[in-house]
Amino acid sequence: MPVLRLRQVHKTYPGPPPVEAIRGVDLDIDPGEMVAIVGPSGSGKTTLLHLMGGLDRPSSGLVEINGVDVSRVSDRELSGLRAAKLGFVFQEFFLLAGVTALDNVAQGLVYRAVPPRDRRKLAAVALEKVGLGDRMTHLSTRLSGGERQRVGIARAIVGDPAIVFADEPTGNLDSVTSEEIVRLLLDLNAGGSTIVVITHDLDLASRFPRRVSMRDGNLL
Amino acid sequence: MTRLRSRLRIGDAFGLAWLGLKARPGRSVLTALGIAIGIAAIVAVVGISASGRADLLDQLDRLGTNLIRVGPGQGILGGPAELPEDAPSMAARIGPVENVSAAGLVDVTIRRTDLIPELETGGLSLVAVDPNLIEVLGASMGMGRFVDSGLAEMPVVVLGEVAAERLGIRNLENERLIYADGWWLSVVGIASDLDLHPDLERSAMVGFPAAEAMFGEVHPTALYLRVIPEAVDDITEVLPSTVNPENPDRVEITRPADALAAREAADSALTQLLIALGSVALLVGGVAIANVMVMSVLERRMEIGVRRALGATRRHVRSQFLLESIMLAGSGGLVGAGLGAGITLGYATLRGLRLDVPVEALGGAVAAALGIGAIAGLYPASRASRIPPSEAVRGSR
Repeated sequence: MPVLRLRQVHKTYPGPPPVEAIRGVDLDIDPGEMVAIVGPSGSGKTTLLHLMGGLDRPSSGLVEINGVDVSRVSDRELSGLRAAKLGFVFQEFFLLAGVTALDNVAQGLVYRAVPPRDRRKLAAVALEKVGLGDRMTHLSTRLSGGERQRVGIARAIVGDPAIVFADEPTGNLDSVTSEEIVRLLLDLNAGGSTIVVITHDLDLASRFPRRVSMRDGNLL
Repeated sequence: MTRLRSRLRIGDAFGLAWLGLKARPGRSVLTALGIAIGIAAIVAVVGISASGRADLLDQLDRLGTNLIRVGPGQGILGGPAELPEDAPSMAARIGPVENVSAAGLVDVTIRRTDLIPELETGGLSLVAVDPNLIEVLGASMGMGRFVDSGLAEMPVVVLGEVAAERLGIRNLENERLIYADGWWLSVVGIASDLDLHPDLERSAMVGFPAAEAMFGEVHPTALYLRVIPEAVDDITEVLPSTVNPENPDRVEITRPADALAAREAADSALTQLLIALGSVALLVGGVAIANVMVMSVLERRMEIGVRRALGATRRHVRSQFLLESIMLAGSGGLVGAGLGAGITLGYATLRGLRLDVPVEALGGAVAAALGIGAIAGLYPASRASRIPPSEAVRGSR
């Protein structure tokens, strides 16, 4: 059973004039898959990511995340779904300044009411997994760009989510560091994580086992 | 579906608010300062006024409210009149009067020496007094002894504090003399605690027999009566016709304690005005917090987006910003309360008052700060919680 199921998904932003950002998308993603959604800027891939990640709701059609139809749940339940089943990696990392790498990762569990001590234990495991076992007590502002993105990835995976969404995860990194991040994502996928990456970079997309191209709100 | 509920521990809610404040320490401190100043002003005003009142009550306790002063009204020609010579004995006959003491203004000038021109009296006067005056007034001797019965016939005087200062007499180590119309009088004491009797504070007091021996007949110009407290009103009513049966309307009755009560009323009016001013400062501090919090919401759109992506509900976001505002104002309130108490302590120590910072004022001040923080944070918090997560994570992009 797919972990993510989209059927005839439309998303229209009210105008004037109304903009139809997503036009009838059908997509299934199975557990353990690694998918790159690739397309030029303005093709609707970020909107699609927000729909798949439960950050937004479709204007029509079905979005089912881990068996939950997002149109049928309240905002509060959708937040619960994100807290328990989804992880997000952002292009700009979005780490808390003045806070250690460990505590930044632990933030990934704060809305699941995990006690602080357990949060830190799990955060340490996640940091080990992304190769930052020796940087746990460093302040996020003292880390390099690649290290910050690793912290961002650790924060996404610390709660062992059903799917990890990464929005242009290498967009702010040089080519060497980008390669490290790609390898890390591939390793995590090899370990069983379902990963959906959004990118405009065709070379990057070519590294992933499954690619879905987008243009003008449609999958090609 | 209950499995998927987002949950935030109470401790974590405070922790997140603290992280938000810690991330911008300079701004947080400056914003809290506004509240701190308002609270400090209010606590200091209340504290200083309470300390002053405590002192006033101490003074009232010491003086008692059962002291009555009987003076002459205006004379026929407008000048001060005298009381009849037998006024003290008449007053003493009233049952509930416990003690009577008389004082009579002597019509001479007193000066430091005979070399000082007669007109330069420094506003001082010579007053003939009964030996029990100091006891009836509840005053005390700052130094030396009073013109008690042993000294009543001698050419010696006791000075009020103001008189002593103006005559340049600060101690009695050597014999001190003052000059009164051809007579040299020896200073044997300086009386204190005469605050409510400015006429005596500015006078040299001499025994009645000595005054009459030197300057001729002296009529009483004031009587001081210690009476049974419950009978104060009744006595006040019968006094004029008792001490001056011929002209009862030329008798003026006052109670020194009334002056204190009036002073307290004036103080409390001023206190209320100052508290009102402090409240305005507090209000301005509250508006500053609201302003900073609104700005903070705009700046932290991305953080809000990330928190929503991590699973925060609208309520979690709202509580985070609300708690930040409350903690900001609350810390300002705590600092302000401490500062206000410190100012009160400094003032009380400096003025020799009894320190009295009402606990209710401290608690009330901190509670007011928390309330202001909550009100100031309502709008920004609700605004933060209404940003849709997909818009928040897009941020400035």
